[in-house]
Amino acid sequence: MTEQAGAIEVAMRIGWAGRLARYLRSIAAIVWKDVVAEFRSRELLGGMLVFALLVILIFNFALELDIRTRESVATGVLWVTFAFAGTLGLNRSMAMEKDRGSLDGLLLAPVDRSAIYFGKALGNLLFMLIVEAIVIPTFSVLYNLNLLKAGLLLVVLLGSVGYIAVGTLLSSMAVQARTRDVLLPILLFPVAVPVLLASVKASNGFLIGLEMVEIWPWLNLLIAYDIIFIAVSFMVFDFIVEE
Amino acid sequence: MEPTPRLLKILNGFTGLLFIAALYMVLFYAPREVVMGDVQRVFYFHVAAGWVGALAFLVTAAAGIIYLARGGNRWDQLALASVEIGVIFTFINIVSGSIWARPIWNTWWTWDPRLVTATIMELVYIAYLMLRQGIEDPDRRARFGAVYGIVGFISVPLTFLSIRIFRTIHPVVVGSGDLTAEGAFDMTPKMQAAFFFSLFTFTFVYITLLWHRLRLQRLVEYVEARKSQALTG
Repeated sequence: MTEQAGAIEVAMRIGWAGRLARYLRSIAAIVWKDVVAEFRSRELLGGMLVFALLVILIFNFALELDIRTRESVATGVLWVTFAFAGTLGLNRSMAMEKDRGSLDGLLLAPVDRSAIYFGKALGNLLFMLIVEAIVIPTFSVLYNLNLLKAGLLLVVLLGSVGYIAVGTLLSSMAVQARTRDVLLPILLFPVAVPVLLASVKASNGFLIGLEMVEIWPWLNLLIAYDIIFIAVSFMVFDFIVEE
Repeated sequence: MEPTPRLLKILNGFTGLLFIAALYMVLFYAPREVVMGDVQRVFYFHVAAGWVGALAFLVTAAAGIIYLARGGNRWDQLALASVEIGVIFTFINIVSGSIWARPIWNTWWTWDPRLVTATIMELVYIAYLMLRQGIEDPDRRARFGAVYGIVGFISVPLTFLSIRIFRTIHPVVVGSGDLTAEGAFDMTPKMQAAFFFSLFTFTFVYITLLWHRLRLQRLVEYVEARKSQALTG
């Protein structure tokens, strides 16, 4: 009781601006932890990158991409690559927490549960963006297409945000199940379809230079699902990690 | 072992009668469509099954929200029962659509957005069942089920919006007058009667099945409890 009264008093003293600053600091601390852990172990980014490159090469064999078909399927191949590599990263990032028991440590920390969600999601997003920053130029060279267009890069960012937002939520469920390695893609792919579909269509629009009027519906769909997925994950994450 | 409730027995009989009446209306009462012929009659149960699928998944999402907000095992049982029925009826929806599409579109399957989103919806809820299978702790299983039921439902509205957002060859019979879609038609009053009667009947089929499934779940839990009681002596 006195503890609670003390906490309330502290909370009142620091005010909302202070609380927000503390909230952001705890998010930053979790992101920083992930970055440092990755910098030392290098098991996540390396795996995602090699895997992404393999997927691109296999697609090249499988589809026998000649110059005409290349433009029409390029963004599809690109997003399938991102989705596969993303799943790999999401699974690893959460399994790491679970296996080493550090998830319990995180949950014991005196921070809001949603700060843990945003911290993990931002960390995952960061790794995904790093992989994409390397894959996109490589893809451009290998397929002889210029993918470095401002609009396309914006779509890549928006698509990754939506994919990671719902992916972080679902991966924290999947790692707690018996069949976790099989489970994440099965849970994630059908749910993420709106994001992936809108991303493929919008990036293709930018790649072949469609009018903005034709791209906007897809961008709107993408932004809407980004917001929905972030909001829903924020609301239900508490129930996933509750013990 | 509790006996079958009186109301459920009445509901069984009523739903059975409704179904026979619906079959009569679809097969004999509704007129033969001029262009498509008798195969158009698939439409009545096709849409009704799709409606039950969507309704079942809505119930699952709603039950999930209530479970997360208030707790209570029965809401979780309701969510699970509803998903199982929804999966079956969505499957009926897809297969019956396929049977209709063969003569009308001249193919069993086409990569039309409406068809693809309906199938993805089906996969979401198969994933839901697999998720539940992978978790032993009943409390955690219920919580995860509720969360996935809510997140998954977000992909379902897309199924219904898709027909208007995307260019589609799937006809919109209810609520839109676009007759350019392949296989579109105008309903006569008699067709409408058969159509709405099918919807009504399938809704009752859903409620009856749901009730039986919930009773089955209670019996399963009863058996489990007695089993562990006997084992611990």
